[in-house]
Amino acid sequence: MSLLSVRDLVTEFQSPSGTARAVDGVSFDVNPGEIFGIVGESGCGKSATCRSILRLFGGASAQVASGQIMLKETGDLARMHERELAQVRGRDVAFIFQDPLSALNPTMRIGKQIGEVIRRHRKASRAEAREAALQLLRDVHVTSPERRLDAYPHELSGGLRQRVVIAMALALRPRLIIADEPTTALDVTVQDQILRLLKERRDSLGTSIILVTHDLGVVSQICDRMAVMYAGRVVETGAVRDVLDAPSHPYTQALLAALPGQVSRDSQLIPIKGAPPSLIDPPAGCRFAPRCALAQPQCAIGAAPGLHSRPAAAEGHFDACILNEVSHAAA
Amino acid sequence: MLFAISKRLLMLVPVLIGITMISFLLLQIMPGDPASRAMGTRASPEELQAMRELWGLGKPLWVQYLYFLRDCLTGSFGVSIFHKQPIIDLVAERLPFTLAIVGYSTVIALLIALPFAILAAANRGRMLDNVVRQIFVVVVAMPPFWLCYVLILWLALRMGWFATGGVGDGFLANIGRLFLPSLVVGLSTAALIQQSLRAALIDTMKADYIDTARAKGLRGHEVFLRHILPNSLISTISIIGVRVSWIIGGTVVVEKIFSVPGLGSLLIDAIVSRDLPVIRGLTVFFAIMVVIVNLITDICYALADPRVRLE
Ligand SMILES: Nc1ncnc2c1ncn2[C@@H]1O[C@H](COP(=O)(O)OP(=O)(O)O)[C@@H](O)[C@H]1O
Ligand SMILES: [Mg+2]
Repeated sequence: MSLLSVRDLVTEFQSPSGTARAVDGVSFDVNPGEIFGIVGESGCGKSATCRSILRLFGGASAQVASGQIMLKETGDLARMHERELAQVRGRDVAFIFQDPLSALNPTMRIGKQIGEVIRRHRKASRAEAREAALQLLRDVHVTSPERRLDAYPHELSGGLRQRVVIAMALALRPRLIIADEPTTALDVTVQDQILRLLKERRDSLGTSIILVTHDLGVVSQICDRMAVMYAGRVVETGAVRDVLDAPSHPYTQALLAALPGQVSRDSQLIPIKGAPPSLIDPPAGCRFAPRCALAQPQCAIGAAPGLHSRPAAAEGHFDACILNEVSHAAA
Repeated sequence: MLFAISKRLLMLVPVLIGITMISFLLLQIMPGDPASRAMGTRASPEELQAMRELWGLGKPLWVQYLYFLRDCLTGSFGVSIFHKQPIIDLVAERLPFTLAIVGYSTVIALLIALPFAILAAANRGRMLDNVVRQIFVVVVAMPPFWLCYVLILWLALRMGWFATGGVGDGFLANIGRLFLPSLVVGLSTAALIQQSLRAALIDTMKADYIDTARAKGLRGHEVFLRHILPNSLISTISIIGVRVSWIIGGTVVVEKIFSVPGLGSLLIDAIVSRDLPVIRGLTVFFAIMVVIVNLITDICYALADPRVRLE
């Protein structure tokens, strides 16, 4: 049974220009001990999906409108009261944000910020929390950790800050870590170390990780399964090897075709022609149809297509292309 | 830190020389003869002449300026024509009342502004936010002299809760005596603080580290008290600093109406009696206070926000 099972998730953002369905019927599963990658162009709802899981929408007025977020042995996070969800946050599910500088309180010492999550969920004195924070900093390979405890975020380098954020996320040994582009704000040389740190954690403790990234190379290297998102929907999902070696949705194909050569390290997504549609009033039918080279008249009609598997597809490999669905029905 | 402070104090010297010059020259264009003013109309021309000699009024301007500079440097700031006392003594008598109003009104302002800022920020864009905003607009729009009389009529005369004015002996007596004047001053401060704190709270609530705090599992009040409120309060430090410099010399109306012997009423009395040295000395003293308050504000900033360094 999967650790996290998201079903038909819908999340809406209210803004002056209207209601945007940033997440519109997203479903996926994350298995225990698995690194699950989410890729897609910017603005397609990756962050919104992650934030929906713990209901962390910053200052935006957003809410999970419908759907289920089943966490094994805990229940449906989407239905939980804020108070119950606060128990889950940090203890069962931890979050790593994109920009480690803005994710740390600029006026609070590092040691205290790490200690805070420990003292929230466990009985610990200030001294015990400090000792635990010190050990956590050692675990994430921070050099001279004793000194860092009393430092402020702006006194650390970007890589060190992200290690601090990770230390905070690891503090209570959560079952699931959600990392929303954890390396985008960092130097290329540091990116590798941070990703290795996360992988290390999964390998040693079996922690599941949801990893949002722009980098198909990262996905091919450390993810087990993946989902490709487009305009608030998952358009393809499956084992990383299946999806990257035999992409079945034209959007995934276009993403891969836009890469120079093989998928390798540093295979950043290169934008494909055109722009994704507005999520306030998305087009009918397949949302990728207006940009799709293979589009047929029937692609732009009716409800957005759901996930299904092609006849020859590997197990667990699904896509949301209407044309594949039609060929499947004909077969 | 200590090094930065002494550097800042050293930088004061040219500023103060400029201020003494300006305040000296400005008052040269003031009409009326200080000697005849001080002596009254019955003084003989000889007596007047003697007085002018004594105060150096007949000397060339630059000599008079050097006398003034000497008085500032020795700390007396000159001698009052009217009171015949060193100005620093007059200041020392009145400064405690002015500082009391500064401190008292700021405390009152914070007590009023804090809950309303939190209320408005938590309900931003909604009805309650607007109501609070309107209330403070009205508060700011009320002329202080009018507000003083309303409070005297209502709380002092009708209800009899407070004295109509004057100061008492000792700390406790003055808590009651200075309440109404401090309230009048504090209400305008409260309006300023409420507005800026509301904006700061709304800003801070959107910060990423607030999401981090919530992602740790902290509950609403924990996030608010440990992260949102402290970081928002930092931005009110500068507002309070500006207000404090203003209050030190700018509470003339309130001091007069409530008969508080503070620096503001000393200045007004000096202007009315053409007590030139007092006006001049006070101007320099106020300028020094503004600079010191500025420095204290910057020190508070540097202490509250580790990213800020005292330059
Ligand atoms: N703060 C916000 N206010 C209003 N709409 C938002 C906000 N954040 C995100 N959205 C909407 O959600 C969509 C998806 O955003 P996001 O999840 O951040 O994309 P991604 O992480 O894939 O780049 C955006 O295109 C926008 O329509
Ligand atoms: Mg994002």
